[in-house]
Amino acid sequence: MTPRRREADTPVTLEQLLATKEIVVFCGSGGVGKTSVAAAAALGATVRLGGKVLVLTIDPARRLATALGLEGLGNRAHRVSPEVLKAAGIEARGELWAAMLDTKQSWDDLVLRHAPNEETAYRILENRLYTNLTARFVQSHDYIAMERLFEIHASGEYDLIVIDTPPTRNAIDFLDAPARMADFFGSRLLRWLTLPYRVGGKRGTRMLNVASRPFYQMADRILGSQFLQDIAEFFLNFQSMYDGFVTRARAVERLLHDKRTTFAVVTTLEAAPLHEAERFCATLVARDFHLGALVLNRTLPDFLRDPVGAAAAGACIDEAGALADALLEPGDPALADRERIARVLRTVGESYRNFSVVAMREAELRAELARVPDVIAQIPTFEHDISDVDGLDAIGRYLFKGPAA
Amino acid sequence: MNGPAPELLDRRLLFFTGKGGVGKSTMAAATALLASSIGKRVLLVEVDAKGDIPAQFEQAPVGFTPKEVHPGVLAMAMDTEASLQEYLRLNLRVPVIGRIGPLARVLDFVATAAPGVKEILTIGKIAWEVREAIEGRADFDLVVVDAAATGHIVAQLGAADAIRELVDVGPLRNQTQWVSELLADPAITAVNVVTTPEEMPVAETIELVDNLRRKVDVPLGSVIVNRVLPELFTRADEETFEALRAPEPRALLTARVGRGATEVLDAARLAVSLRRTRAVHLEFLQQSVDLPLMYVPYLFVRAHGLRVTRMVADALGAEMGL
Repeated sequence: MTPRRREADTPVTLEQLLATKEIVVFCGSGGVGKTSVAAAAALGATVRLGGKVLVLTIDPARRLATALGLEGLGNRAHRVSPEVLKAAGIEARGELWAAMLDTKQSWDDLVLRHAPNEETAYRILENRLYTNLTARFVQSHDYIAMERLFEIHASGEYDLIVIDTPPTRNAIDFLDAPARMADFFGSRLLRWLTLPYRVGGKRGTRMLNVASRPFYQMADRILGSQFLQDIAEFFLNFQSMYDGFVTRARAVERLLHDKRTTFAVVTTLEAAPLHEAERFCATLVARDFHLGALVLNRTLPDFLRDPVGAAAAGACIDEAGALADALLEPGDPALADRERIARVLRTVGESYRNFSVVAMREAELRAELARVPDVIAQIPTFEHDISDVDGLDAIGRYLFKGPAA
Repeated sequence: MNGPAPELLDRRLLFFTGKGGVGKSTMAAATALLASSIGKRVLLVEVDAKGDIPAQFEQAPVGFTPKEVHPGVLAMAMDTEASLQEYLRLNLRVPVIGRIGPLARVLDFVATAAPGVKEILTIGKIAWEVREAIEGRADFDLVVVDAAATGHIVAQLGAADAIRELVDVGPLRNQTQWVSELLADPAITAVNVVTTPEEMPVAETIELVDNLRRKVDVPLGSVIVNRVLPELFTRADEETFEALRAPEPRALLTARVGRGATEVLDAARLAVSLRRTRAVHLEFLQQSVDLPLMYVPYLFVRAHGLRVTRMVADALGAEMGL
């Protein structure tokens, strides 16, 4: 990595970064450990910075959800009991809160909030397009996660909100979600689509002008007129929420751009997630979002790249027999068999070589990283799964460590 | 249930799904390579157009028009807009191509809010290619799909059914009927779930298999467990290993091979623990899913690209008894 000029007050640790922020958004491609890292960051902030910290998580592993006391809570935030933290030997200065995202419930809340009256709200909630949209199709995760973030931030209840982003096909989709929503509801196309129904109403007299007639004929042929009418009715109702919705989507977008919000990109040192992470960093910077930190997760230990280790591994393989003779200990049943000792030595030598190939590949990929934020944290591969507060604390120790060497 | 699934390659349409990051694209590419090695011609469809698929064959990204990326393997990237244009051209004999413009834009907008439209365009195009292959009009026998990830696949596979729930009459309804039938035919279609022996991927796999069974009528093929770490020691050998880690033998070993001895022993310890942690998840998977399981070892190689695709294809071939 090329050294860059650093302003004196630029944060170099996650602790310094989080001390100046109210929202940190963890993102990265699927399977890199985003959820655990986000939860560990929230726990770490509670311990180190104090205050009221919320971790908003999308889809935690069951054991992690249990550890945080999140099971069966829906959208409700819940305080992680200080006893649970104390039992893990953690003295927290602040309060750790946790919440999950219930997509369906969040959409329903949104409709209830923005509909002009209760009747319209229930017409929307009962529309079969709406239920399909919100229940079946995951893309609505994108927007609703950001919307919930806004809602929670606006409540003013927390000093810091840590959110892990939903698994999308493209990790940056959610950035566009608010703008896409606003565009959609403000679009002339949508008005055009619903025009005949607004004019003709349910009597079915579709007042079509010459210009739009071919379009409706085409849409009819593809979609069938009943479906088209369903769509139109749904969007007509939905349009009654237009002002509230668009104002809200714009506000959500502003919040993501606010200087109190920062983004942390999580990746492993594997080719595909790392390339995705690089793309993501570049996009954040290009679009003027605050790229705060890069977290390299599940890296192999440095000793796997140590030439001294490679030499020892080579000797274990090449001189297994002679070494076994020296190590033979007839009094100890585990060391009484020369062949067995030699075999074990060869195996450990080979295994070191195997893992060292992977460690070197990781180091090479890391060196190729072009654009990186000032805060970089490296978290090693843990021998065991992270599924409890102890584990999160262990991640936190690396996450909040100073600049990686 | 365990064991190989050699008949898998005799089907016409193989989906590969799984949690993000488990190696779906690699499995899809390797399966295509394997099928081509036994004389089949394959169309490999990349649904999420990230360009990963051609890279597995050391080729530049491909577009909507299939391109040969390896002898016997054609690849294409799904593009819902191109798919819509093709659909209109083939099914509705739309006379003036210019009129598709505004409609396509509307559908694009609707698709943003109601992504079912994108799903049906994707699955419809795939099914159409499969039908072409079955009826001998295509220059391939098998369609392999690097499909959507766990969170999205049920919507994608169920799109045709979902459309029929919403649309009561009309050509769209009729044209989704045959898609559903093709997808439901166990002689034609199989959905394969790729996972790794880790907690979240295993949990998602179990949940997905259950969801697929309950929500869509598409036959399941196999579960492929990727990145399985080797078992280093037998129980007796592990006792010897533990004995070697004790201070005295360790000092002796260090005297002979240098201070790297500790690093070598620690690396093996890490390997044993990682394997053991994963074994628990693997066992849980084996108990929870009644589908054939195939195992692909963790590859300790510096390479990626075609070399890895080949190694994975060999591993899959061995599992299928080829």
